[in-house]
Amino acid sequence: MTDFPLLSLMTFLPLIGAFFIMLIRGNDADVVQNAKNVGLFTSLFNLGIAFYMVALFRPDTAEFQFVETIRWLPSLNISYHMGVDGISMVFVVLSALLTPICILASWNSVHTRVREYIVAFLVLETFMIGTFCALDGVLFYIFFEAVLIPMYLIIGIWGGPRRVYAAFKFFLFTLLGSVLMLVGLLVLYREVGTTDIPALMEADIPYELQLWLWLAFFASFAVKMPMWPVHTWLPDAHVEAPTGGSVILAGVLLKMGGYGFLRFSLPMFPDASLYFAPMVFWLSVIAIIYTSLVALAQSDMKKMIAYSSVAHMGYVTLGIFTATTQGIEGGIFQMVSHGIVSAALFLCVGVVYDRLHTREINRYGGLVKNMPKYATVFMVFMLGSVGLPGTSGFVGEMLALVGIYQVDTLVAFLATTGVVLGASYMLLLYRKVVFGEQKNADAAAMKDMNKVEYLTLVPLAAMTIWLGVQPSIVMDRISPSVENLLRQVHNERPVAPAKVEPNIMDPKTGIFVPIMPTDNTPKELISDEPPIAEQAIEEQADELNDEMNNRDADSQVEDNGAAE
Amino acid sequence: MIQSVDVFQDIKTAMPEVATAAFALWLLVFSAFKKHQAFAVASFLSCAFLVGIIVVCFGMFGQYDEPVVAFGGLYIQDYFSLSIKMLIALGTLISLIYVYFDMKQTQIGRFEAPVLMILSMLGMFFMVSAHDLLTLYVGLELQSLALYILASFNRHSYKAPEAGMKYFILGAIASGMLLFGMSFVYGFAGHTGFGVLEEVLNGTTYNVGLTVGLAFMLVGLAFKISAVPFHMWTPDVYQGAPASVTAFFAIVPKIAAICLIMRLLNGPFGGLQDQWVQIVYALSMASMVLGAFAGLVQTSIKRLLAYSSIGNIGYALMGIVAGGADGGASVVVYMTVYMIMTAGTFGVVLSLRKGGVAVEEIADFKGLSKTSPFHAYAMTLFMFSLSGIPPLAGFFGKLVVFKAAVDSGYIVLAVIGVLTSVVAAYYYLRIIKTMFFDEEDAGMDEIQIVPYAAQHGTLVATLAVVVGFCVVPAVLIEYAEVLVRSLF
Repeated sequence: MTDFPLLSLMTFLPLIGAFFIMLIRGNDADVVQNAKNVGLFTSLFNLGIAFYMVALFRPDTAEFQFVETIRWLPSLNISYHMGVDGISMVFVVLSALLTPICILASWNSVHTRVREYIVAFLVLETFMIGTFCALDGVLFYIFFEAVLIPMYLIIGIWGGPRRVYAAFKFFLFTLLGSVLMLVGLLVLYREVGTTDIPALMEADIPYELQLWLWLAFFASFAVKMPMWPVHTWLPDAHVEAPTGGSVILAGVLLKMGGYGFLRFSLPMFPDASLYFAPMVFWLSVIAIIYTSLVALAQSDMKKMIAYSSVAHMGYVTLGIFTATTQGIEGGIFQMVSHGIVSAALFLCVGVVYDRLHTREINRYGGLVKNMPKYATVFMVFMLGSVGLPGTSGFVGEMLALVGIYQVDTLVAFLATTGVVLGASYMLLLYRKVVFGEQKNADAAAMKDMNKVEYLTLVPLAAMTIWLGVQPSIVMDRISPSVENLLRQVHNERPVAPAKVEPNIMDPKTGIFVPIMPTDNTPKELISDEPPIAEQAIEEQADELNDEMNNRDADSQVEDNGAAE
Repeated sequence: MIQSVDVFQDIKTAMPEVATAAFALWLLVFSAFKKHQAFAVASFLSCAFLVGIIVVCFGMFGQYDEPVVAFGGLYIQDYFSLSIKMLIALGTLISLIYVYFDMKQTQIGRFEAPVLMILSMLGMFFMVSAHDLLTLYVGLELQSLALYILASFNRHSYKAPEAGMKYFILGAIASGMLLFGMSFVYGFAGHTGFGVLEEVLNGTTYNVGLTVGLAFMLVGLAFKISAVPFHMWTPDVYQGAPASVTAFFAIVPKIAAICLIMRLLNGPFGGLQDQWVQIVYALSMASMVLGAFAGLVQTSIKRLLAYSSIGNIGYALMGIVAGGADGGASVVVYMTVYMIMTAGTFGVVLSLRKGGVAVEEIADFKGLSKTSPFHAYAMTLFMFSLSGIPPLAGFFGKLVVFKAAVDSGYIVLAVIGVLTSVVAAYYYLRIIKTMFFDEEDAGMDEIQIVPYAAQHGTLVATLAVVVGFCVVPAVLIEYAEVLVRSLF
């Protein structure tokens, strides 16, 4: 592993790109073209770094990798601590993948304030990647909440007719949930004395407090996810947002909720998670069935896909809170799959919307005749959303259902009906739009996809099938982290040395001292008592001495041997 | 604590105040005899003087590791008072820049404005250095009287005398209450010096007279910081005063008053914490709630900012409720950040003129993102910062306050605080919406941007602090922890 701060580079590179875009001067056409170019180049470069990191990433361990620690707020014991494990790596790649696609998607469809649009997406990328890399609670919160700023502007400035309502609803709903999490985080800080995520994961929190804290964090992640009944902001936001905004919203922002559950709720409040799991199951089941039915009744394409998102996220929460290997892996995979498939579906809607400027399902029909290539690509994503075996959608849904079946068969049964419902509305959508008669002359006259649209959709189609055929590319990387997570949930003490290497600040000197983990209890790891750090150093020194002595003894033996 | 011995040493200890008083009087006489450009010259000299005062306070730092008490126990100088004085002088400097350019545009500029501001600042200096109830009162009155006049400075507007009158009458009632409370305290404790009070009150059991006195004093002080339910004057005064004077009201006096309250409650009345915590708790909660909800229906930007300041005082009071060094430090951080954000917000408002006057209505911001993108983006960042959205400075202010409250076990108050911040976010967002999402009306008057480099420089500087704060938040937060140590 290199010492180069790759994660910080990935996080802040888009910000630097955005800064340069703001500096561009010249006539309007040049500014627009240059802004697009710089934006695309920056985000593609970032994607390149992401792939490079995947190559360097060691899939055999649950340790946090590419860790960076910088003193930031030492008096509050908050540090700039970044790192990724298998779970977050997946989402980092997803964020890096979708940003250039969003910028490409707006290539020909955004005409007003293009420069600001690109800047907003680059800033958004910074915050998204930061959210997934942050290993300190406060840092996580900062990135998590900062996402609201660019997203609010994206919906509000470039959105549809009811954009103001949608933007406010999105902002206030999410903020309301998040601030409760902030209080929860501060209570957690009071209890444990640090907001360092690895340390918090190992901390033992009293049961009563866990319940309250779980609820505080749940308020935030459930809104972000979004879970029924706090999902109502999502259809509005999706319908009004520009295509790129919808893609990022569905592709990445919703995943922050699921990631939060995996990073905070499960490992930090395991008992509360198990206690509240039935509630989550039922909320998820309601989400799956109810929103599927609602989706069935929609006449607006984007709204239908938005409701289907809520249903798909239902599988994610279902899987995560089973606290079984299959369930959690299924939940994560479902998030990745949904990130690609629903993002692509919104792009598909964007393709026809750009031509006809309506999202009414009934205005279209028979597109297979004049747009055969579009019909093919759309089919791949439609089937992915349905969860056809061979596409990525199947793997996640299947695993999540397997997980829930081990825990609660009734819930599993009800959740499975959602698969049927999901198929029915997606097939309905596809039939009405792509097959059937060509009712309207303008719809029949639409041209097939252009080059830019190819560039955005074909990679996603390939990914959908690739992940469906070879899910192991994701699974292999997340499974050690998932196992580690399960160990934390089920409160098993680590047999081997703890897999985290927290840097603990020595309160006297203010210097971060890396501690070689021994089998000391987690309480000690995070307590403020100064002797621990010294003790650890002494222990290390002792070990070193022992080793030296042994070596001396060995060499003496060798000497003796030579003498003989 | 060191007691200074002779009058020269006393003067040396009180150097900032002595210099300010001398300068204000000299400036008054000097300007009165100056025939041309008196306003410009007085403003310029005052700015130079304020820079000088900041330097003097900074230079005095090294000598006050231990608090020094002067003038027979009436006056105290320590880290805390020196730092807050620097902050106050900085706020006055920013306001003076605004006032100069604003009054130059509206042509109501007179040299009394800078003189009054300097005198008001002198009062604030005494407030943060008060070590006796009488010093406290005199400082407070000096500060208030200058502000009353400033509020009605625009004689040509019918709103200005109303603002001044309301401010004066309500302020006088508040001062009466304060004096009444002080007389109770004096009656039951037998002294007005903070040092003596601290000794006498420490470890006292519940005492009705003292509690009544304390309650009345807090009422009087709550008026000055416009905490609910003693906030009624704020929106009217903010609206009636010239915009730049409003900026001064919003930025500076509250810092002095909050710091005074901190010293008073933690020093002499530290022993009565159980009593005053309840009062401050209620004030804090009421201010946050009313500040958030009443702001929702405002159409005037100045009234909106008035309610915003009421809400913000609620958060600052939360830090006082939390108590202890952490709570105190959080108040200092919060007020500093609040000062910068508000200064920036007013900087934007004052840069946009409609018919020569600073914009009044929120609707005037329509389409600003097209006509002046820089101001629109600056305003957006200030609004997000005021709503407490990370990574902007306002978030860190809220973070430390909430943290202090949670650490002291006031979780309910913290929850109310975060919930009201969501409500308040709505009206901050509404301004952003007006600038970015609304289309410009065809028949609207053009908004002119002021051409003054100094004012824009101030705006850029505050913007840089608000955005750049997240890179090195430790600078301010750790510094605040050091400086409140002299209080506890």
